[in-house]
Amino acid sequence: MQQEYDAVIVGAGGEGLYAALEASGSGRVAVISKLFPVRSHTGTAQGGIGAALGNLEEDKPEWHAFDTIKGGDYLVDQGAAAILAEEAIQAVYDLENLGLPFSRTPDGRIDQRRFGGHTRNFGEAPVRRACYAADRTGHMILQTLYQQCIKNEVDFYNEYFAVDLLLDGPTCKGLVVLELASGELHTIRAKAVMLATGGFGRMFKTTSNAYANTGDGLALALRRGVSLEDMEFYQFHPTGIAGMGILITEAVRGEGGILRNRQGEAFMAKYAPKLLDLAPRDMISKAILSELKAGNGMRGDRQIDDYVLLDATTLGKEVVEEKIPDIADFCRTYLGIDPVTQPIPVQPTAHYGMGGIPTDTDGRVLRGEGEDRYLGLYAAGECACVSVHGANRLGTNSLVDLVVFGRRAGRHIADYIERTDLGRAPDGSDAYSRDKIARLKSGKGVHGGAIREEMQKTMMEEVGVIREGAAMRRAIAKIEELRDRYREARVQDGGSAFNTDLLELLELENLLDLSLVTAEAALRREESRGGHTREDFPERDDGKWLKHSLARLADGHPSGRVEFEYKGVDTSLYPPKPRVY
Amino acid sequence: MRVTFEIMRFDPEKDAAPHAESYELELESGSKVLDGLVYIKTYIDGGLGFRKSCAHGICGSDAMIIDGQERLACKTLLRELGASEGSRIRIGPLKGLPVQRDLMVDQDKFFEAYRAVKPFLINDEKVEGRERRQSPAEREAIDDPTKCILCGSCYSACPIVQEKNPDFIGPAAVLNAARFVFDSRDRGLGARLPVLDRPEGVWACESKFRCTEVCPRGIKVTKSINLTKRRIESLKK
Repeated sequence: MQQEYDAVIVGAGGEGLYAALEASGSGRVAVISKLFPVRSHTGTAQGGIGAALGNLEEDKPEWHAFDTIKGGDYLVDQGAAAILAEEAIQAVYDLENLGLPFSRTPDGRIDQRRFGGHTRNFGEAPVRRACYAADRTGHMILQTLYQQCIKNEVDFYNEYFAVDLLLDGPTCKGLVVLELASGELHTIRAKAVMLATGGFGRMFKTTSNAYANTGDGLALALRRGVSLEDMEFYQFHPTGIAGMGILITEAVRGEGGILRNRQGEAFMAKYAPKLLDLAPRDMISKAILSELKAGNGMRGDRQIDDYVLLDATTLGKEVVEEKIPDIADFCRTYLGIDPVTQPIPVQPTAHYGMGGIPTDTDGRVLRGEGEDRYLGLYAAGECACVSVHGANRLGTNSLVDLVVFGRRAGRHIADYIERTDLGRAPDGSDAYSRDKIARLKSGKGVHGGAIREEMQKTMMEEVGVIREGAAMRRAIAKIEELRDRYREARVQDGGSAFNTDLLELLELENLLDLSLVTAEAALRREESRGGHTREDFPERDDGKWLKHSLARLADGHPSGRVEFEYKGVDTSLYPPKPRVY
Repeated sequence: MRVTFEIMRFDPEKDAAPHAESYELELESGSKVLDGLVYIKTYIDGGLGFRKSCAHGICGSDAMIIDGQERLACKTLLRELGASEGSRIRIGPLKGLPVQRDLMVDQDKFFEAYRAVKPFLINDEKVEGRERRQSPAEREAIDDPTKCILCGSCYSACPIVQEKNPDFIGPAAVLNAARFVFDSRDRGLGARLPVLDRPEGVWACESKFRCTEVCPRGIKVTKSINLTKRRIESLKK
């Protein structure tokens, strides 16, 4: 591959592809991805992309912004949420114009449906805001953007894995990547690098996330001294298939599906009397856990891995086949049941990291708690934190986020690379990466597989939906022990070509670092807010905790301690209020 | 239950030719084949090469040949294979594409054919700031091909690609052309003809239906190919 680019985008999900499209007109741009195109996790998003088009009933971007802020339990930076909601509208029209096959209304407009937490007139009742393409909206976004990249001849490097980021003080100089096919390391100089590597749900045992979601971009930024924001806020989606984590879209409830406990009771009426099954995800996941603990789960054994039922039998065959066909296929394939006639066993499933690499609304990575920014370093999508999701993301807003802020980052990169010279990468830039890989390949050691499984179990049980101080202290001690054991881990495969054993060991390091930061951040936040629920601190505490956390590794090295600072939240539009649905 | 996975192994740095290796493992009838492969990689042989990502049949990474047929490892449960105590499950890479390592094949030729059909909306007409209108019936006409995940199963199963005309662009490429040819918003049939209307294009297909039989997304691939042939014929009349 070339050793010099104007911009390199790491990750080929929606935000990476949109940024590449925007920036590729202004210079030489490469997308590197550890997967092949259209394999990225954007493609699994099901239910919809929220935008106040008002195609079926009145809707306004102000309402969408308010719902996003309230849904995020007021930890959202409100100016960013206003941009998200405002630009969502044109973004959806642009995607349609680029060919995205949205489902349609009888008069040929983009159809819209209800989704959790999206309301009209500041919380009055559910509104039809989610634009969708059956239940494969993310698949169609990913395909449409990749198709546009083909049209615009964007350069792709498939199956290249980012190992290190080259930072010279505040300036990004490029990155070091591992080529899977050959096992070679390449140092790429670039004026701009954008991290678009998606989520890190694989730190948990039961997750909707792909094997590839190992937080690579966050971890390599973290190890180079970049702070990560709000890592304690992780979303557990209420309706993963019990025991498997395969996601059953919220659109099932948007179309009329109802959650029931072992008595057959539609229990959400007790927790969210107005929005019922369309309350935000954090509230529904907590409600399910409460039901399980009260012995109302289907097994009734009060264990957190018990489950409840999602009843879609009222939808009728036609709606199921037309509006949620892939969901029906998942149920038939993996459960051997037909959702038209049988309810689906579901439980909360690790799904989405609200926190991430702190950025401004142009995707520029922030330094510390002030307004300082890195030069030439960008991030967008799930790996970034703008912060539009605050303490809990609303359904459909991940797709809005990656389209709106992926594109904004791409535009800023286009401008930046036109007025910046390509700098020198320091000599020996790849020494750190070479040493790391040489160590993982030297001699015999433990295999990473067992470490990974223990990490996933620990995070799921001790840093999951419901958290508590002593359990999290245990988790931190365990993760520290696993990180020590990782230093003795070695690949079993000493080869060079297509060494996926090495790749997985590098991914494990990323997950271990992020697990530690997540658990430490969660232990420190002594309140309950959005997706972060503490048994020992059950109330939201705006006096002490209406602030973003920023975590960094103390000496910028994996063996370092985690240190914290905090920064304020932009509450310029709507002052925080109690959150009732 | 105790089953044996018999996997075709090939390491370009060590092996002159592929060979089968057997692994005994404990799985349940509801386990996916992918679970077994991950178990082997985690606890028996970290060097086993295969691709995976979403693990529920959407990303298209893990198409391979399982018990003689193209399938996604993440969407194939042992009970579907009729597996019971002591069963042997044979797993190999897709056909028609060079093996890179074990179950990984070089997909360049497959993706090249996809890119060649110009799989993007072609339409230079102005739009007035909102969406182009499309009726639900017009949208329905392209629904089936939009399900394609580019996993390569149909390409591997196609007897034309494998036995008769290796330069055939393959079922997936034609299907993805059809996704646009039949889109009421698209104006690009003419631009796609040089690739479609030739012996290596749609005319290579002899309607053997293997693509439709193996498609893990249940797409009626052959039907889309035939509709595309008819559209090209009617254009020429």
